[in-house]
Amino acid sequence: MSSETNQPAALQSAPEPLGRDDLARLVARDIAPGSFVNLGIGQPTLVSNYLTAEQNITLHTENGMLGMGPAAEGDAIDGDLINAGKIPVTELPGASYFHHADSFAIMRGGHLDICVLGAFQVSATGDLANWHTGAPGAIPAVGGAMDLATGAKDVFVMMTLLTREGASKIVEACTYPLTGVGCVTRVYTDKAVFLTGPNGVTVRETFGCTLAELQELVPVPLTAAVP
Amino acid sequence: MLNFVDTVQDAVAGIKDGSTVMIGGFGNAGQPFELIDALMDCGATDLTVVNNNAGQGDQGLALLIRKGRVRKMICSFPRQSDSWHFDAKYKAGEIELELVPQGNLAERIRAAGAGIGGFFTPTGYGTMLAEGKETRIIDGRGQVFETPLHADVALIKALTADGRGNLVYRKTARNFGPIMAAAAKHTIVQVSDIVPTGGLDPENVVTPGIYVNSIVKVA
Repeated sequence: MSSETNQPAALQSAPEPLGRDDLARLVARDIAPGSFVNLGIGQPTLVSNYLTAEQNITLHTENGMLGMGPAAEGDAIDGDLINAGKIPVTELPGASYFHHADSFAIMRGGHLDICVLGAFQVSATGDLANWHTGAPGAIPAVGGAMDLATGAKDVFVMMTLLTREGASKIVEACTYPLTGVGCVTRVYTDKAVFLTGPNGVTVRETFGCTLAELQELVPVPLTAAVP
Repeated sequence: MLNFVDTVQDAVAGIKDGSTVMIGGFGNAGQPFELIDALMDCGATDLTVVNNNAGQGDQGLALLIRKGRVRKMICSFPRQSDSWHFDAKYKAGEIELELVPQGNLAERIRAAGAGIGGFFTPTGYGTMLAEGKETRIIDGRGQVFETPLHADVALIKALTADGRGNLVYRKTARNFGPIMAAAAKHTIVQVSDIVPTGGLDPENVVTPGIYVNSIVKVA
């Protein structure tokens, strides 16, 4: 690589930015077989649509269940069987139920392999802001976000790279209130997959842009990830 | 001392103004609606309520809040698409909010029931929810000191009780029930069914009857 701003030959690149479903498919593909996973409310929930039976993934929901199945429909809807987003879901063979302290011990004790969360911002060192805008008059609500961010072995974020106003959500330092410090390991966006950690931000692949074009959008130094 | 009472009104009759009341449920799953309605009717006010949420829609805890009976909410997720009664009270400055990360809420409740004086956890470290709290670096990670959360009364919902007050729950309606039962001085349980002593497999009991004070069957 002659310079950081040139497109390295090794860097994977797709011709177009990824849509939400393509991004969910990519995250699903990257989850190792046999993993225990918690999918956050919103966009991360889409990932479950692309997990395959062969992957043998066990989904955790923080209101007290492992082995969560797809959303319930019709006669299968049961008010006593909901997910963290309070949506009726189903149970798969081998499911288990447990109370809230046990459920959060599963997170906080480091037993979950991966959680996938949405975000307002991620910093260059993996700080996460995803629970509160801090706007005056906004009613704060944190739920299990801080526990997931600090407890899972790997924290994946799914988000668009840019805000509606065109600002990068990958930032030098978060301006929104933090959810967790140095907790994010990977960021999946429509334009690239970023790896974050104490050594800064590396780019695993790009979608519809070169590394140099990506660098124009993101205010932290980017380098190509070593494959 | 375990009592089986005939009505939800009898079950909540002893709840005094100013009490701290834990209410089970995550959203509507496991929320003891009939006990909450009876609490509303008995008139107890100036309550501190511990629940994961702050009521949804126009029932249960949401109505208790609307009627001004709740002085303070201790919860993790008050703001929802249908939390309009809490939202209005909060914006009017008529209700106090202690916002607690959900895992800290559960563990603080568990700690109270287990006689633990507090614990350090990485959850919340470096965030605004840890401001003013004691912190330490333990095993290389920043951690925050959290205190136990006790209550005068717990109102919870289970599926079945036996004659000794042993409880089993149903699916994700279990949520906060077992830990709230242990954390409160007086635990009131509404169940769908009561079976004779010996009617529950001891291997499957989730909440042992020692934590339970009053049981009422709700149709």
